Amino acid sequence: MFETLILMLDATMRVSTPLIFAALAGLYSERAGIVDIGLEGKILGSAFAAAAAASVFGSAWIGLCFGIMASVGLAMIHGFACITHRGDHIVSGVAINTIVAGLTVTLSMHWFGMGGQTPALVGDARFLDITFPFADAIASVPVIGPIYSNLLSGHNILVYLAFAMVPVTYWVIYKTRFGLRLRAVGENPHAVDTAGISVSFIRYRALIICGILCGLAGAYLSTAHNAGFLKDMSAGKGYMALAALIFGKWRPVPVLLACLLFGFLDAVAVRMQGVVIPGIGEVPVQAIEVLPYVLTVLLLAGFIGKAVGPKAIGRPYVKERA
Amino acid sequence: MPYAIELRDISKRFGAVQANKDICLQVPAGTIHGIIGENGAGKSTLMSIIYGFYEADTGHIEVDGKRVDIRSSQDAINAGIGMVHQHFMLVENFSVLENVILGAEGGAVLKNGIGAARVELQRLAHEYSLDIDVDAIVEELPVGLQQRVEILKALYRGARILILDEPTGVLTPQEADHLFRILKALKDQGVTVLLITHKLREIMASTDNVSVMRQGEMVAHRETANTSKEDLAELMVGKKVRLTVDKDDAQPSEVLLSAQNLSQFDGQGVKRLKNVSLELRAGEILGIAGVSGNGQSELLNVLSGITPMDEGEIHFAGQVITAKAPKDAAQMRDLKMAHVPEDRHKMGLVTGFEAYEAAVLGYHNSPVYNGKILMNRKAMLDECNERMAAWDVRPPNPHLKTANFSGGNQQKIVIAREVEQNPEVLLIGQPTRGVDIGAIENIHEQIVKLRDSGKAILLVSVELDEIMALSDRIIVMFDGAVVGELDAKDADERTLGLMMANAYNEEQEGEESAEVSA
Repeated sequence: MFETLILMLDATMRVSTPLIFAALAGLYSERAGIVDIGLEGKILGSAFAAAAAASVFGSAWIGLCFGIMASVGLAMIHGFACITHRGDHIVSGVAINTIVAGLTVTLSMHWFGMGGQTPALVGDARFLDITFPFADAIASVPVIGPIYSNLLSGHNILVYLAFAMVPVTYWVIYKTRFGLRLRAVGENPHAVDTAGISVSFIRYRALIICGILCGLAGAYLSTAHNAGFLKDMSAGKGYMALAALIFGKWRPVPVLLACLLFGFLDAVAVRMQGVVIPGIGEVPVQAIEVLPYVLTVLLLAGFIGKAVGPKAIGRPYVKERA
Repeated sequence: MPYAIELRDISKRFGAVQANKDICLQVPAGTIHGIIGENGAGKSTLMSIIYGFYEADTGHIEVDGKRVDIRSSQDAINAGIGMVHQHFMLVENFSVLENVILGAEGGAVLKNGIGAARVELQRLAHEYSLDIDVDAIVEELPVGLQQRVEILKALYRGARILILDEPTGVLTPQEADHLFRILKALKDQGVTVLLITHKLREIMASTDNVSVMRQGEMVAHRETANTSKEDLAELMVGKKVRLTVDKDDAQPSEVLLSAQNLSQFDGQGVKRLKNVSLELRAGEILGIAGVSGNGQSELLNVLSGITPMDEGEIHFAGQVITAKAPKDAAQMRDLKMAHVPEDRHKMGLVTGFEAYEAAVLGYHNSPVYNGKILMNRKAMLDECNERMAAWDVRPPNPHLKTANFSGGNQQKIVIAREVEQNPEVLLIGQPTRGVDIGAIENIHEQIVKLRDSGKAILLVSVELDEIMALSDRIIVMFDGAVVGELDAKDADERTLGLMMANAYNEEQEGEESAEVSA
């Protein structure tokens, strides 16, 4: 039983990693007042760019750089539409998702001719798991052994980075000048403007950070979690991250917990595949997979607490004619 | 001695509208300078130029005798100019401290600057008697204190020139008095204050000098001591104004509407309207006085059919309306009851509509405006043009979005819409809120005209002057109930004020017992 739990928590960490990156990405964007339904597209774009570059250059790190560049590029398109031209955030985000879904497959068929996949990545072209010191030595110690060597040790660097990003984000959002202005711009951009600060510049910077984090999420999917790009491999993770962001009420630590909960449910779903529970029978996997969304809807409907987003979210900033 | 701030030939044009034309202004240091003008006279635009929100097309600004280029709010702040906006520029879920340091954080990491800011804020609060809990969340503060945060924001940035745009619009009279005491204190410390308002009383009570704007131009400068309300009012509108309404005695006849024991509960089960009974007669104006939020809005909503009552009944046009047999707003309208809602933006207009569309709202199914399938645009436009001419709506452009009219002209569009349907009963809430003097006069005349044609009018207003000038009979509401009724002839400000505070009876008893003991 204990071993099963460790295995499931281990799986939870791996599944949650892209969710954490993407949800934090959304946090920067939405706290600055930009709705980002395009998380999904940015993850997918980055996954493709990272896998493609990694296979060409044979380096996971170069792949990561390309993934981030692709994702930041998409974020800047979103910014150009929403900030500079005051377009509708949802329309721009959905457009990005749609374009990327088609473009990645088309480009990959054109470049690699493998039916929309990229070549399988081997060796340095992937982020490999890191084994902590003495992990093997204490693996046999009861309780602490499995926790240390199976749960904490043995993940790739991006997993650790994702978890490290949570306190970093907390510090940036709540303890720095940039964070104060970012939060203010999502609540009342007029207050920021009259304080003599550029609303657009802050929002663009928030989107750059959003792009970098989505880039990490995408690169994780194709060069760490998997060994190459597959068609539609983001598989709704961007939307689930958005759900986690709302579930965590736009705050870093609750968002982390929401990501872990959703990741855990995912691990449970995999685990429950084909398992017959006495008295109930076989639980369809979909029933568990749908839970994150059901929980989010219940939250939004006000059954579990209340989710109040940044006040100025989704509204383009226009200087009023007084 | 150079002026604290001097404007030279400032002009600003928005498309076809000349918002400011060759504005010159000289404000001596350490004075309170009033700028008065009707809504739409260009006061706010001028202040936005000084604060760097807009750039002037021509002209320049001097601060302490030196020419400054103000291209952004940051430039204005650097020049020592601070502004308290009419709609506060605060982040509501931030603390007072966070709001004050926003934009002047004193370092990339908040920790470095925040301690110093706390100390500086305490000093400012003490020096100008602007006491405030710096850790309070802004949205939990009353409006008067939120305004104080705005003032502190400006002072914290080292403002020596403070602009206040219509600062008393949202304040209670007590809060407003306190604000003026603060402004005096600021003046004593050498701060120059620019006070933008359209309230003559404030100008007379608190300023050293006053400048009058009319239609984008600066038309006069006066020393406050050497001018009068009447003088300023005349300069503002450019013609002689009557501050009272000319009307004959009412000739009330039959009862058109009667309400018995109307009660209503809100969502939390609190009784907002408590057993209100009233009668409204043809040919009279019944004024409902009261401090805002004492059940007047609920009364209007129930009478007009917008929300159903929970208890009581209304007799109107041969119908008995009860909680069990309610009538909605459209049905009430069909019975010839018109309603000018208190908040024209929320309930009276669709601000994104063009004027001619907004002018038929609620009557849009009338055959007059409809062809067989489509609406009859020509009929709507013709009628709108006619009404705009008759009611002096400016600009008389039926295609202009209602949001782009000034408050007074928006209100004229709404009132014209309701009155021109020739209703038997007109419910009218806050007819002149945010409306300039010229339009107030016009609106008051129209209301009296309607009364004289034998209609019944129920007037709800928080402006005592308005209630006393227009009403034939006055009902006072307090905490959802009617606490007094009197003939307008017997009403004076003191009596009404005491009734509105529900202190009239106590005062009477007090006086009586005083007489006895004497």
